[in-house]
Amino acid sequence: MTGVPGKLSCADFQAHLPELIASGQDVANHPHIQTCELCRALLADLETIAEAARQLFPSVEPPDEVWQHIESAIKSEAATEPAHRSAKGA
Amino acid sequence: MRRSPLPPQDPARHPALRNGESKSAKRVAVPPQDNGKAEPAKGDGIPPEVQTSPQNNGQAVAPVSANRPVPSPGAARPDSPEADILARAQAGDHQAFARLYSLHKRRIYSLCLRMVGNIAEAEDLTQEAFLQLHRKIVTFRGDSAFSTWLHRLAINVVLMQLRKKGLSLISLDEAMEPTPEEGPGRSFGAPDLTLAGAIDRLALERAVADLPAGYRLIFILHDVEGFEHNEIAAMLDCSIGNSKSQLHKARLKLRDALRTHLPQEAEL
Repeated sequence: MTGVPGKLSCADFQAHLPELIASGQDVANHPHIQTCELCRALLADLETIAEAARQLFPSVEPPDEVWQHIESAIKSEAATEPAHRSAKGA
Repeated sequence: MRRSPLPPQDPARHPALRNGESKSAKRVAVPPQDNGKAEPAKGDGIPPEVQTSPQNNGQAVAPVSANRPVPSPGAARPDSPEADILARAQAGDHQAFARLYSLHKRRIYSLCLRMVGNIAEAEDLTQEAFLQLHRKIVTFRGDSAFSTWLHRLAINVVLMQLRKKGLSLISLDEAMEPTPEEGPGRSFGAPDLTLAGAIDRLALERAVADLPAGYRLIFILHDVEGFEHNEIAAMLDCSIGNSKSQLHKARLKLRDALRTHLPQEAEL
């Protein structure tokens, strides 16, 4: 696990873990994981969380009122814009 | 690579939906967030006006500039159907803008809802994001994918809102290196308690809602919405390495939170 000459310590392995995971490599076959129960458990948990995240927070449509508010705000801005311009020009 | 659409789920079980019912409903604040320390990031372009300062006690969120084109590899093709709609919207065609809204409303609203956990607030933020889009759409030069640019704009709106509410937030930079008591610790604990098969969706959603805003944002963008690190880096004006590192720390923090609650829940 740790402190063995020539072998990666847990701290070193975990420091490289974000890059290893993001690279798409099969981290489960990493030599450190093969011999370290702690880091194997950590990796399993991280994979569980990432997998579970796919089921989180359903994607939802906003209610129609949101577009109605946007349209009315756009119209209101368009109506005040010429007034601002003429005031600046005056 | 984008994931397939999420399976249908019961909105009644969604914490975000339980937090806010409608525009007229009582609004619920986002839970207090904790803090983290920064690791300077290469290529980070956090606008100076939102960098942390003694005045805000290092609690600032760093909105990203939606005005600057995002150097993302996923730029829309000029001949795509959306490019035509976009060009017409930029020329002031209201119907084309309405079409853009229709195409992107779901993802933007969902992002807002996932970030603030409150329906009424998410509606307001969606409205503000698209109003900003209407004002700034002429500045979009097609250097990046339009959806990336729009997400960047919406994220900016969300972060500004969170900051305005005075909640304890962290800058995206600061999230990179939290203090020992604030950030996720390295895992040297007992391996006997693993999460496999022991976490449910609600518990994880609660844990995500309790993440600091910086961690939550990266986690939602990558693990929930399926954006790639290069896209996230473009949206947030950070390096790809930062995005990877921050996602990892978000997952570690979630692991800590979920493991903490496992024994109590098991006793119930």
